[in-house]
Amino acid sequence: MINSILIPGLIIIAQILAIIVPVLISVAFLVYAERKILALIQLRKGPNVVGPFGLLQSFADALKLITKENIIPSNSNKMVFLLAPIITMVLSLAGWAVIPFAPGWVVSDINVGIMYLFAISSLAVYGVIMAGWSSNSKYPFLGALRSAAQMVSYEVSIGFVIITVLLCVGSLNLTKIVEAQETVWFAIPLLPMFIVFFISALAETNRLPFDLPEDESSLVAGFTTEYSSASFVLFFLAEYASMILMSAMTVILFLGGWLPPFDVFPFNILPGIVWFILKIIFILFLFLWVRGTFPRYRYDQLMRLGWKVFLPLSLLWVVLTSGFLVIFNLVP
Amino acid sequence: MASFLLEYLPILFFVFIALAIAIGMTTLSFVIGSSKPDREKLSAYECGFEAFDDARGRFDVRFYLVAILFIIFDLEVAFLFPWAISLGKIGIYGFWSMMFFLLILTIGFVYEWKKGALEWE
Amino acid sequence: MFVYTISFYFFSIIAILSALMVISAKNPVHSVLFLILSFVNTSALFVLLGAEFLAMILIVVYVGAVAVLFLFVVMMLDINFIKLREGFLQYLPFGVLLGLVLLIELGMLFYTNNFSENNLVDFSNLPKFSDVENTKILGNVLYTDYFYLFQISGIILLIAMIGSIVLTLRERSGVKKQKIYNQVHLNSKNAIEKKKIELGKGIDV
Repeated sequence: MINSILIPGLIIIAQILAIIVPVLISVAFLVYAERKILALIQLRKGPNVVGPFGLLQSFADALKLITKENIIPSNSNKMVFLLAPIITMVLSLAGWAVIPFAPGWVVSDINVGIMYLFAISSLAVYGVIMAGWSSNSKYPFLGALRSAAQMVSYEVSIGFVIITVLLCVGSLNLTKIVEAQETVWFAIPLLPMFIVFFISALAETNRLPFDLPEDESSLVAGFTTEYSSASFVLFFLAEYASMILMSAMTVILFLGGWLPPFDVFPFNILPGIVWFILKIIFILFLFLWVRGTFPRYRYDQLMRLGWKVFLPLSLLWVVLTSGFLVIFNLVP
Repeated sequence: MASFLLEYLPILFFVFIALAIAIGMTTLSFVIGSSKPDREKLSAYECGFEAFDDARGRFDVRFYLVAILFIIFDLEVAFLFPWAISLGKIGIYGFWSMMFFLLILTIGFVYEWKKGALEWE
Repeated sequence: MFVYTISFYFFSIIAILSALMVISAKNPVHSVLFLILSFVNTSALFVLLGAEFLAMILIVVYVGAVAVLFLFVVMMLDINFIKLREGFLQYLPFGVLLGLVLLIELGMLFYTNNFSENNLVDFSNLPKFSDVENTKILGNVLYTDYFYLFQISGIILLIAMIGSIVLTLRERSGVKKQKIYNQVHLNSKNAIEKKKIELGKGIDV
């Protein structure tokens, strides 16, 4: 009785730790990569003191931040103030439970995987609103307001883009979505949707050029203004973890997950997980590249892009894709 | 109990472990971090000024409008999910059924566009 | 089965406790946050029932959208909540009455236990607890067998959209908007004007 529960339970916990720990470590290296790439774009050197080539810089930063004083503003709402970063962190990690890394390498292979990811990403707005409200300070409040409206606006077009992919798959299961791309990656027939999804992912994770919720020149640090120490680290980790999660989602939906680009000799000797990670790194590089090259959007432009360009475009593509599939009898 | 339910168990574990990590880090900072609070340090940040008034003021009604429109489009997406995966079975009738539904909502979308509900300045 | 029972009680107890906190919390924002907790636990209960799609929809629509609007309203609107509470005792009898009516109705339903006989929806042809994706089962009937109900929900959404715009949209004067069309079609002919100015004389602009 005990063994039948305990042993599977321990296996599950081991699997989960085998995901969370690499994710957190890769966050550290992503931050390092971001600083290095931005430095290269701007002809600087970037971090190069801590460890060989500055590789340990992020770990040093994290350690320093945790040993700092955790300041809770006196007129803030203390419970909500502390809860906001915790919730953000949990949400950005919880999405990883359904990501298939390679054939069969998935912790929970649920039937509605893609809806689960969609639901998790729609909850991310709570961390921001709670942080902004509980700080009881103007900059966090305004940042939270902007962020909530922005995330909500791009959520809709992400939903429609997911629908176009689902039309070509006929299942909500993430493994099946990847398997459906064996002939061709969806990035090729659904190229406009791939671009819409990528840009919406930038907006959804509050990355540049859509980082209005935390833009330094007008809102100090947005909703994280009043945060310090570990609470700030949690927000920071969560932002980058959800960036990686969004890239993983992009790879699964459009770039064929663990599938090699061509199923011929030099490509298919690498195991699936390597291809999956390489593709994620490619998308993450795009995230950083965009940050290094584009100026920030103005708020009215941001809302117009979301509601007047992406929403009609993605809705039209839902209609076109489904019409095409029905006419040519290709519906799976 | 259906077998697919067992697939949800790891998610529960996942949430608990993530929660433990996050709460652990927050507590750790209170344990090892120094704590010397004073009035200025704990007051709300406002570029060095005293706060002029309460931060939670009224704000533009359009933020509500965005939230309401989001609910409506979110429901539309919710209706599209089952349709997208069972289009093969419901065939041409199901296809036109959804097209009619989308047409009704597109009327609403055109209306809000023309009314200027999507304008920001 | 043991895990199933444990998780059922775990989620339902949290759902009920947080529902109690919704009505007893002093701060309305805390109420909404407890409401969200209650929604999330209810969705976990849906998963335990095997209704995966409903569980996800509950999170996407109620937690991800409706509760965001609730939070917006209670957080950002500067209502004096102490004043709102003053009428509490006045409305209490009515609330208790309403609650009692609902409770009796629920009790009657349980007592007669005729969920399946006198219902509009025919449950008999629905597969129970099968491993078929229940999203697919839903999709197979929703758009064809329940065509009219589906279209009516579309019309309700349309009315909601129009209603919210009519109620909240106000034209404001004195704001400057960017007109992209005008900006793009600007050229040297209609933007620049050449004038000859005689020496020693100014020009009125």
